[in-house]
Amino acid sequence: MLGVLLLAFSLVTIIHSELCRPDAQNAFKVRLSIKTALGDNAYAWDASEEYLFKAMVAFAMRRYSNKATTQISNVLLCNMTERVSFWFVVTDSARNVTTVPGSEVEAAIRMNRNRINSAFLLTDNTLQFLKISSTLSPPIEPTVPVWLVVFGVVLCLVVAGILLLVVSGIRQYKKKKHESAETGDLEDNSNTPVTTENGIPCDILDLKAGQINGVYAADDERLTPL
Amino acid sequence: MSNAQSLDIPEVLKEDDRPKWDNKFQYILSCVGFAVGLGNVWRFPYLCQIYGGGAFLIPYVIALIFEGIPLFHLELAIGQRLRKGSIGVWNTISPYLGGVGIGSLMVSFIVSLYYNTILAWVMWYFINSFQEPLPWSACPLNGNRTGYIEECHESTAVNYFWYRRALNIASDITDSGNLQWWLVLCLAICWAIVYLCTIRGIESTGKAIYVTAIFPYLVLTIFLIRGLTLPGATEGLVYFFTPNMNILKNPRVWLDAATQIFFSLSLAFGGLIAFSSYNSPKNDCEKDAVTIAIVNSMTSLYASIPVFSILGFKATTRYWDCLDRNIIGIINEFDLPDQSIMRDNYTIWFGLLNTTHPKKIASLKLRSCDLQEFLDASGTGLAFIVFTEAIILMPGSQGWAVLFFVMLFSLGLSSMFGNIEGILTPLLELHVVSKSVPKEVLSGVICLVSFVTALCFTLRSGSYWLEVFDSYAGSLPLLIIAFFEVTGVVYVYGIKRFSDDVKWMTGRQPNFYWQVSWRIISPLLMLTVFIAFVTLQTQKQPSYGAWNPKYEEKDYPAWILAICVLLVVLPCIFIPMVAFYHLIKRPYENTSNGTSGN
Repeated sequence: MLGVLLLAFSLVTIIHSELCRPDAQNAFKVRLSIKTALGDNAYAWDASEEYLFKAMVAFAMRRYSNKATTQISNVLLCNMTERVSFWFVVTDSARNVTTVPGSEVEAAIRMNRNRINSAFLLTDNTLQFLKISSTLSPPIEPTVPVWLVVFGVVLCLVVAGILLLVVSGIRQYKKKKHESAETGDLEDNSNTPVTTENGIPCDILDLKAGQINGVYAADDERLTPL
Repeated sequence: MSNAQSLDIPEVLKEDDRPKWDNKFQYILSCVGFAVGLGNVWRFPYLCQIYGGGAFLIPYVIALIFEGIPLFHLELAIGQRLRKGSIGVWNTISPYLGGVGIGSLMVSFIVSLYYNTILAWVMWYFINSFQEPLPWSACPLNGNRTGYIEECHESTAVNYFWYRRALNIASDITDSGNLQWWLVLCLAICWAIVYLCTIRGIESTGKAIYVTAIFPYLVLTIFLIRGLTLPGATEGLVYFFTPNMNILKNPRVWLDAATQIFFSLSLAFGGLIAFSSYNSPKNDCEKDAVTIAIVNSMTSLYASIPVFSILGFKATTRYWDCLDRNIIGIINEFDLPDQSIMRDNYTIWFGLLNTTHPKKIASLKLRSCDLQEFLDASGTGLAFIVFTEAIILMPGSQGWAVLFFVMLFSLGLSSMFGNIEGILTPLLELHVVSKSVPKEVLSGVICLVSFVTALCFTLRSGSYWLEVFDSYAGSLPLLIIAFFEVTGVVYVYGIKRFSDDVKWMTGRQPNFYWQVSWRIISPLLMLTVFIAFVTLQTQKQPSYGAWNPKYEEKDYPAWILAICVLLVVLPCIFIPMVAFYHLIKRPYENTSNGTSGN
């Protein structure tokens, strides 16, 4: 009895080790970086975490193929390292000796990647399934390109400013023309030549009753008062 | 003094309808804004870095004292005394020198074409900075969303955004492609802003300058405070400022210092002459010149501190990224526990593993991380590539990006004011349009013509063309014009007459330093710089860096070289042409007038 059990156990182990090997067919390598992701809140990777992982993979397989046949025991882990990294393989529930094709496993994992990540509080970068490329999240596309909005704002401001200045310029020009047209008959405008004497315009001379020549003014003071 | 009266100098009493500055501060700000431009932010730190850090300041200050300040004072003085724009001033000094003014006008026009295109690029980055996350922070995804676009993946996201999304650059200068509509829009907006500010000449720029000249200093201060608190800032500062005195033996350093001072002060554009012509004649231009030139150099120094701190931060972050990548590679290969190798014990681990498992380590193809190699302040790439990369690493990157690009825009805009004044003032004096046409129309026409001409820079090969314009039209003609300016004033106008004019304006005779500089040192220096510059340019085959999508050095085809020569010759040809024209005209004038008091 014991011998049969031992034989069965060793058979299973041998089969398992054949199925789950590094670079085996349909096997995938998983790499976790728990400390990088969680820092001080990092949990230790132990047998319970492994159990959770097997459960998540089985869950993904069930979700993907929609038949509730995959068991936790169908997921085999091997080659655990301190990194933490390991290889896993999913065996076919109907026949224990073969493995589920890699493409199915890959599709299942991809479909449920979010759930698997959040079960371990990790992200795509810190829970890596090598050889399974993750669908990169699309960049957030706003409905209206932001730059057009800003451009529109700047354009409106500038055009408003130009119009303001041009209109005020035209108004000023009209006011000046109006004013000069009113007073144009009474005073000389700049087109007529200004008569000058010694470089000083005559009309200033007339208004200010002549220019005081500094030399003679000083002379006056030097003369002793009578 | 009698010489002064032979020129048409307006006496203080005569009514003068020439526009005036509202106050002295506006004038100083305009000159400072014109001199302080994009080059202060990206060219000076780059030169400082490649020429031995702090040691570069020695040739820089020497060039400032013997070349920058004398020429600056000269331009301000003749503009203020003769109260005309560049063409009028040179025609007044001597009709034979009238070509110098026309050359200045042409150079101002050509430079404003491509300068505003750079502002259009800045504007494009500015309006893209409001997006979360910044569009240049990550590569866009490819069609089936399994990876990134290949071109982006091969280089960096920042490079991709600049070369593809902003410029959509062609791989060759001859491959023109279409007009890029987003750049056309940005260019239109930039010219509209320039028009808005220069619509009435200095009446409008005088108001705008309060904002555009002061705002950059505010932002630089904010960046200074932020930059100094970033990790790796001190490494950057130390690296860039550590003086390497040996570099002074290289003549190239002295040449670059002289050209940097010259271009940084915006001499020979005619803009300074235009600005000072709106001053009252009795203004202390000597003090103004020294003040503005020193403020310009101080600004360069002040700007390089935040630039270097932020570059140091970027280099440190990239160095850490490189280390982290190597660490992950080693951990994964040897299946060591997560986070067992940290940055500080990386070298110990690496040495250990290299001796025990050399083949495995070699197969990983680890990149050797060297902090020095990341500390690279590349010139024109500084703003759009290096700095944008640094900004995405800083928390709150949108705000910093917006601030940075608004600062660049104001810096450039205040320089544009000077350029446009250098075009507007002489044209107003040439009386090309009748008096009834208002100034607004003339400035509008200038902006429109410039916009249409500058559309060639929005083609796919536009940035290559911009480089051509910048290297050829924006360098040699200025040196030539400045040389003729100095020799024209000193030897044709007469240094004695000029000194008397300066005395009349400032109340003091120019002292020994000015006399020696104007008479001997500056012309000699200009000539030497010009010859050295030409020699260096012609020594190697002119080439440009194409992007396809990696840098590739390509030679210019012959027809492009012809255009380069044309760009240099066109402004300068007027100098001999006008002199020749007057030389021929004189005998005909003498014979037709008979004996006249010539």
